[in-house]
Amino acid sequence: MTERLEAGFSCPAPLADRRTVLLGHGSGGKLSAELVRDLFLPAFRHPALACLNDQAIVEVKGCRLAFTTDSFVVKPLFFPGGDIGTLAVHGTINDLAMGGAQPLFLSVALILEEGLPMESLRRIVASLQQAADRAGVGIVTGDTKVVEKGSGDGIFITTSGIGVVPDGLMLSADLARPGDCVLLSGSIGDHGMTILGQREGLEFESAVRSDSAALHTLVADMLAASDRFRCFRDPTRGGLASALNEIAASAGVGIELEEPSIPVREEVRGACELLGLDPMYVANEGKLVAIVDAADADRVVDVMRAHPLGRFARRIGTVRAARSPVVTMRTTFGTTRIVDMLAGDQLPRIC
Amino acid sequence: MCLAIPGKILDEQVSNGIRSGRVQFGGITREACLDFVPEASVGDYVLVHVGFAISRVDREEAERTYALLASMGMLEEELAQPDDPAGGR
Amino acid sequence: MKYVDEYRDARLARALAADIGRRTTRDWVMMEICGGQTHTIMRYGVDELLPPAVELVHGPGCPVCVTPIETIDKAVEIASQPDVTFVSYGDMLRVPGSRSDLFHVKAAGGDVRVVYSPMDALKIARQRPERRVVFFAVGFETTAPANAMAVWQAHREGLANFSMLVSHVLVPPAIRLLLGSPANRVQAFIAPGHVCTVMGYSEYEELVREYHVPIVVGGFEPVDILEAIRMIVAQLEEGRAEIENQYVRSVSYDGNEPAQRIMAQVFEVCDKKWRGVGPIPQSGYRLRPELAAHDADRLFGLSTMTAEEPPECISAQVLQGLKKPTDCAAFGTRCTPERPLGAPMVSTEGACAAYHQYRRHAMDPVKVRG
Repeated sequence: MTERLEAGFSCPAPLADRRTVLLGHGSGGKLSAELVRDLFLPAFRHPALACLNDQAIVEVKGCRLAFTTDSFVVKPLFFPGGDIGTLAVHGTINDLAMGGAQPLFLSVALILEEGLPMESLRRIVASLQQAADRAGVGIVTGDTKVVEKGSGDGIFITTSGIGVVPDGLMLSADLARPGDCVLLSGSIGDHGMTILGQREGLEFESAVRSDSAALHTLVADMLAASDRFRCFRDPTRGGLASALNEIAASAGVGIELEEPSIPVREEVRGACELLGLDPMYVANEGKLVAIVDAADADRVVDVMRAHPLGRFARRIGTVRAARSPVVTMRTTFGTTRIVDMLAGDQLPRIC
Repeated sequence: MCLAIPGKILDEQVSNGIRSGRVQFGGITREACLDFVPEASVGDYVLVHVGFAISRVDREEAERTYALLASMGMLEEELAQPDDPAGGR
Repeated sequence: MKYVDEYRDARLARALAADIGRRTTRDWVMMEICGGQTHTIMRYGVDELLPPAVELVHGPGCPVCVTPIETIDKAVEIASQPDVTFVSYGDMLRVPGSRSDLFHVKAAGGDVRVVYSPMDALKIARQRPERRVVFFAVGFETTAPANAMAVWQAHREGLANFSMLVSHVLVPPAIRLLLGSPANRVQAFIAPGHVCTVMGYSEYEELVREYHVPIVVGGFEPVDILEAIRMIVAQLEEGRAEIENQYVRSVSYDGNEPAQRIMAQVFEVCDKKWRGVGPIPQSGYRLRPELAAHDADRLFGLSTMTAEEPPECISAQVLQGLKKPTDCAAFGTRCTPERPLGAPMVSTEGACAAYHQYRRHAMDPVKVRG
C-alpha cells in the first residue's frame, strides 16, 4: 500500500511501502490501527467487528453475549506481580468486562517452544487455573501445539472468552460526547515498567509490580452506581494515551486531560525518566478508563475508591467538541500539549 | 542531546578495571560507571547518561542558585496582580 | 526526584517568564541547540509562556537527525549480515536511509538489538564470541566518553569481535556554520548543557568574541531553560555578548577532564557531513588508527559508500532554524512520524517530531480550549 507523494517531494524512506510486518504493528499504536483499518476490517466485514471495541457483542437467541480473543507474548514469562498465565486470564476477563459483560468461560490455546522447562509450564498452568478460580470463570476448552526451538519465545498463549451482557446495557466508544468525564482507576505505567525494569536490570526501591488484575467486579460496582456510562477501556499496549486516542477517534471528539491528576508511582516515574519514556504510553494490565456523564462522575469515583482495584481512582479529564479527534493535556504549567498516538513502540532514547 | 538524570550513589565497586556503583533515581536503582567522576563518592549526586556518570552535582552551587531563584519566585508572587498573566500574553 | 522536580516548579517558571516579559523591549531571536531542550520546550509549552517578542528557533541538536544518510545505509548493510549482532540506541532504529532502516532489517530477521548503554553492547560481545558485534556509536560530545570507554575496554580485553560504527558530531563547528550563514537570524544561543558538562564551555568564548553573540549554557528542565533565556535577554537588552553558565550544578568551565582524556585516546577530530546541512569541517569524531581493529567502517569495507540526499525535503532549513516544522507544506499531512520524509520527523528529538507530538493543534483553527 503506497501513498502517492506529490511532485517536489521524494521520500527517502520506504516506510510508506510496508512489505513486511514490523514489531510496531503489534504495539497498539498507529501502525496497529492501520493494520486493523486497512487489512482486517475490509477482509472480515462484520458489523460486530466494525465497532472496534475490545470485545464483540453478538446476539444468540435473545441473549447478548460478549465474545473476545487475545494473545499473550510477554517476555520474561515470570515477573513481580504475575506471569504470562495470570496476564492471559486477567487480560481476557478485562476485555469482556470493558463491554459490561459478566465473564463466564475461557478457552486457552498454548503454543510451546520445544525445550521449555516442564516446571515453567506447570507454574504457568497453575497460574491460569488460580486466576480463573479467583475470578469465578471456567477454563473449559483448550489446545496445545509445540514449535521447534527458536520459533517462539518459550510460550505463546491465545485465549478466547465469553460473557453475558445485561439487557439494555449499551457501551461503545463512539457514545462519548462533549461534557462527559474521563475517569481513571489508578496509577499508570506499573506493568510496562515492571517488565522493562526486569529487562534493563533496574532495581526498584519499593516493590514495583505488574498491576495485572481482573477488573470485572470493579466494573460491576461502577455500573451499579450509574446507568450513564458511555464506555470502558483497559489501557494495555500503547498505554493510556493510545486508549484515549482510540476513544476520541471513535466518537469524533476531543479529550482534554489534566496532567496533575494522572497518578504515576514515584518508582515508575524514575524508571521512565531514566530511559526517556513517557508513562502515558506504557502498558497497564489492571487499570481502566471510563467515560461517564458528568452528573454521575463524583458518585462513581466514590464507588471506585471503595473497591480494592480502584483505591486511587480519580477524574482525569473531560470530553470536548473538536473539529478532528485529539487528546490534549493541560500541563502543570497551565500550557497545553497534544497527547498523540504513537506510530510504533516507544523506544528508550539517549537525547 | 542528551538525556542525563541526577541520582545518588549508593555504593561502589571495581571490576574489570572499571569503577562502578549503584545509583538511585527517585525510587529506582541502576548500575552506572563512575570512572568519569573520581571526585564523587557514596552519597553524592551524579548526572547519569547512557549508564555513565558524567558529572558530580555541585550541591553548594545548586543550593545557592536555587535559593536565588526561589526568592525571585516568592517576590514575583508578592508583586503580581491577581489577573496579571505571567509572560505578558 | 531531587535536582529535577525543583526545576519543574510552575511557580518559578511563571516568575521567570514574567521577568523575561519585563526586560524585553524589542524582538529577539534565539536558538536552543539541543534536541532534549526542544523536547522540554514543546512538552511544557515553555514558548507559550514567553512574550511574543522572544522567538525561539530550534537548532540541529539532534545527532540522530544529522547522521548522514550513507551512515544509515552502512548500518543497514552491516546489520543485514548473518553473523552480525547490530547493537544500537533506540533512537536510531526508525531513521530512514536511502532504501531501508534498521527496523526493517530487524523485521527481515536481522539480529538488531536496542540497548540503554554501550557497556551492554560489550556484554553481548563477551557472551557471544562467535558473533561480530557492532555498536552504532552515535551522538554529540555528551555520549562520546561512554562510547570511547566501550571501545577502549574492548581494546584492553582483546575483544576482537567488538567494533563500532562511529558517527559523532560536535556542537561548536555547527554554531559557527550557522553564524556564518548569510541567512542567519539567530542573535543568541542556549548552549547544550550536557555537551558542556563533558567539554566545558571554553570553546564558546571564541564564537562569542568573533560574532558578538550571547551564549548561555542551559540545562534541560523548564526552569533551566527559562533561566537561560532570562540571562540571554538581559545580555541582549544591555548590548553585552558573553559566555555565561546557567547550568552551574553540572557544568564547569573546563568540563570533565577524565572524560576528555579517554576521548582523546580513542577519537580524533575529522571533517563530517551533517544530514540536512552538508559538510562541516572538523565537526566530527572518528576512531584513531590505533583502534582500527574495532572500526566497523574499515572492517566492513564501507568507507567509500555515498548516498544522495533528496534536495526537496526542507529538513535542511528546519535544522538550521531557518524554518519551523510548521512552515513545511508536508508537515502533519504527507510527513508524519509513521511516514517521515526526513529524519527530524523520525527522531523523537527532531524538531518536527517534537512539534508534531506536542503542538499540532496549534495549526488547527478550532482551539480546543474555550
